[in-house]
Amino acid sequence: MSTMSTVIEKHKKIERNVTLLALFAFIVVAIGGIVEIAPLFWIDNTIEKVKGMRPYTPLEQAGRDIYVREGCYVCHSQMIRPFRDEVERYGHYSLAAESMYDHPFQWGSKRTGPDLARVGGRYSDEWHVQHLKDPRSVVPESIMPPYAFLAERELDEGDMTARLTALYRVGVPYTRADLEKANDDLKAQADPDADHADLLKRYPKMQARDFDGDPRRLTELDALIAYLQVLGTMVDVNAAAAQEDLAQEKGR
Amino acid sequence: MHKRIDEPTGTQTVGHEWDGIEELDTPMPRWWLWTLYLTIIFAIGYVIAYPAIPMLNRGSEGMLGWTSRGGLAAETREANARHAAMLRQIADTPIEQLPGKPELMQAAVAGGRAAFRVNCVQCHGAGAAGVPGLYPNLNDDDWLWGGNLREIEQTITHGIRQPGDGQTRTSLMPSFGRDGMLTPGQIQDVVSHVRTLSGKEKASAASARGAAIYADNCAACHGPAGQGGRQFGAPDLTDAIWLYGGSRDAITATLTNAHAGVMPAWANRLDAVTIRMLAAYVHSLGGGEDFTAAPAAPASDAPEAKADVRP
Repeated sequence: MSTMSTVIEKHKKIERNVTLLALFAFIVVAIGGIVEIAPLFWIDNTIEKVKGMRPYTPLEQAGRDIYVREGCYVCHSQMIRPFRDEVERYGHYSLAAESMYDHPFQWGSKRTGPDLARVGGRYSDEWHVQHLKDPRSVVPESIMPPYAFLAERELDEGDMTARLTALYRVGVPYTRADLEKANDDLKAQADPDADHADLLKRYPKMQARDFDGDPRRLTELDALIAYLQVLGTMVDVNAAAAQEDLAQEKGR
Repeated sequence: MHKRIDEPTGTQTVGHEWDGIEELDTPMPRWWLWTLYLTIIFAIGYVIAYPAIPMLNRGSEGMLGWTSRGGLAAETREANARHAAMLRQIADTPIEQLPGKPELMQAAVAGGRAAFRVNCVQCHGAGAAGVPGLYPNLNDDDWLWGGNLREIEQTITHGIRQPGDGQTRTSLMPSFGRDGMLTPGQIQDVVSHVRTLSGKEKASAASARGAAIYADNCAACHGPAGQGGRQFGAPDLTDAIWLYGGSRDAITATLTNAHAGVMPAWANRLDAVTIRMLAAYVHSLGGGEDFTAAPAAPASDAPEAKADVRP
């Protein structure tokens, strides 16, 4: 009883001194943060080692910027959780490695629209054009707003070299050539007649074509559809070996 | 500071006093304290049983060896095992015999409905009613490429005008106007004739002129009486169903710039059983056709065979 009382007596000092209270509260919260967050920076099973991940091409990155600008993430998450109902609807569950070059990532737990983590290659470009211009013409029950204006706006992303350099500084492994040729790469990917050999070597599995059905112009719609069509397609997660390895990993 | 026992409650006071007001030092309820201690004990057990504690190289694995991904794999295996027997039966039954086995057919329709919701509704719509001018309605009995189970399965497997698929259904209506094959006046005559076929217009001098042009340019695919030709996915022009519209303007537009709708081939994305179940579901929507007595060769095997004119 007496030790208990002295502890409580001492605690009263903290309760009566706002500065001291703030200091100790900070220390307690910091311990929680360090224990939960800091280990993610060094333990190996934060991010899987996977084959196929590459940084976004300049056109895809420009599309990503439009995706963020238009607030698509408010309704669409990009994170398929390892539950059977999600996997059967959206495809293989997302891997941490698949968003390692995303700054900022597009995970989320609120879905008003469907998850888009594996929307790439699921629909044709024509479908995306139609759907973005007038969502209800293809999905009558949709409540998505129309984005027809994207088809009218020239893609004006400024200097892509500067954008990619910013991403490079936070850890996206663009090469010197990627950075230097960024502005040309942006145009080449949307031009079906351009020479894509070099682009394909630097960005494997890159899809080059006119995305919005209007080959004469490079619009924001081109960039956005290029981005949507690459989502979730870089890593071959459905390969049998990948499936088994992932299911046997412990500690996750 | 003098603590004392408060007489009416029998509880000790905290000890301070302001203008005669004192505070009781009521202990926490026993049940509350025990709940707190139990949650602490539970948490200790939980971090030992499940992956939780970060170590040098990786997190602890947990005594139970549970993983979210392993759990999913087990659950999926179990669900697949539950359906495996039925799926194998559906796969092993020749599609012509499927309607004769109501239990299998019912299972196939149910499985197809689920797959349709994931893969097909984006274009054909949740009710399979399609989108006028873009994607065909699957509820009616008007089929471009054939409406029995085998033909629907072939269409889903190989798609329509799917680039890179050797067995895809394909045909190309000429753009009579854009490519200058017919003059605008001739096109209007043909439109008049086409519209008389379905009773949208009465026969006129224009439609009579159009009939001659039709016989030379259109009858090869759409049939002399306009009943269509499934060999070429040529629509029936005598009925009231128009994918791209049956108004004068719409038909003029079609004759000027022909349509060539594309449907993806699903062979590389879905397994054969799922495709078969999808065919069963689409067939069940209302317009599915029975097999004729002598099954015609699948269109893919003999694309040059004579037109499959419907009765």
